[in-house]
Amino acid sequence: MNAKELVPLLFQELRKIAPELEEGDVAPDKLLRDQVDLDSMDWLNFLIAVHQRFKVEIAESDYATLATLDQIAAYVVARNPQDS
Amino acid sequence: MIEFKLPSLGADMDEGKLLEWKVKPGDAVRKGDVVAVVDTTKAAVEVETWQEGVVESLLVEPGTTIPVGTTIARFLAPGEKPGAAPAVPLPPGPPVAGERRPVSPAARRRARELGIDPEGIPGTGPHGAVTIEDVERATKAVPAAAPVDRGAEMRKSIAAAMSRSKREIPHYYLAESIPMQRAQDWLSAENARRPLTGRILMAAVQLKAVALALRGFPELNGTWRDGAYQPSASVNTGVAISLRQGGLVAPGIRDVQDLAIDDLMAKLADLVKRARAGSLRSSEFSDPTITITNLGDTGVEATYPVIYPPQVAIVGLGRIALRPWVEEGAVVARPVVVATLSADHRVSDGHRGAAFLAELSRRLQEPEKL
Repeated sequence: MNAKELVPLLFQELRKIAPELEEGDVAPDKLLRDQVDLDSMDWLNFLIAVHQRFKVEIAESDYATLATLDQIAAYVVARNPQDS
Repeated sequence: MIEFKLPSLGADMDEGKLLEWKVKPGDAVRKGDVVAVVDTTKAAVEVETWQEGVVESLLVEPGTTIPVGTTIARFLAPGEKPGAAPAVPLPPGPPVAGERRPVSPAARRRARELGIDPEGIPGTGPHGAVTIEDVERATKAVPAAAPVDRGAEMRKSIAAAMSRSKREIPHYYLAESIPMQRAQDWLSAENARRPLTGRILMAAVQLKAVALALRGFPELNGTWRDGAYQPSASVNTGVAISLRQGGLVAPGIRDVQDLAIDDLMAKLADLVKRARAGSLRSSEFSDPTITITNLGDTGVEATYPVIYPPQVAIVGLGRIALRPWVEEGAVVARPVVVATLSADHRVSDGHRGAAFLAELSRRLQEPEKL
């Protein structure tokens, strides 16, 4: 699976955190936290969901590079291309 | 005979709607057992008992709206024989036909969002339980009823509680800029060696620091009831949690001063999750002795919150931002948070409030001791 194919799966996980989201509400190349009302607890829970679903470790020092769904998808694919 | 009454779950609650009983006549109940689920304007709340006994009778049918303080069940005290107590009339309420079907919490929430009654939906889950899929299916089969305007109800409740607070409590307000470099450095190092699932948020660090700082300020941690102040030995912090559909709740975590930071983080995560899922317990609304509202995630610099009665103080935290800071005569950029205190002049003065904020700042400079 490539990063583009991964984006809808990430959106599925995001919607569990923010169930008010509808398809098309989040542009994958735009800053996630500008588009979705996520506090730090939501953000941590979203990353835990990504970690558990796609079996990737996410260092806290990498958080700043994970600002869009595209960036998160690329991060996941780069670290676990088989299972993602 | 023990009369079990609908408790008040905060200054903004006058009544509640009984959604379901969790016990039946003959059941033994112990302290902390959930006996009923009651819908308030803010959330469905699991109501606990704080007495031991055996359920003798349930006096209110599910679906009934009842004022706070109404006796809703009777328990036999330990060793007591049935039949001695006088009958208590049932409050008026709609009759419930037939046997009630179990409804999963998620299905109940979804049904509420859609404005439909889950009791009338055929269930396909275990023992005929109504599942969220059943609810979704039912909305396609029948025209939707008028949606419940829960947001408007919650706004009314918040307005009533906050109006009462501003009317009755002589507030004073203080603010303190607190350097957060040490707390951030400590937290980064701590989280770097933790798995993702064990990481700590700054909100938990700040919560613990507030609780420890309060040890020396009993006049800020307690409740004002019947014209008198009652300080609390334990720090039960209400945490203001915004709900995704709008509004907020402020359930509490008990004995924060004694919790290890990992335990506090776990309790905070659990509380936020359950608040947003609508599965809080009555004690979590009635316990808090002070509230903390953290609006740092919204980007706001500082917040000047309104005290939540019967508490006498509330601590506000803004975002941690890089700001010019003077150290050893030089201006440097440092992460800083503005902590505020709104407190009740009937119980404390600004001098003590200021000393509390200074103590909070001191605690946050020693994060390893939290």
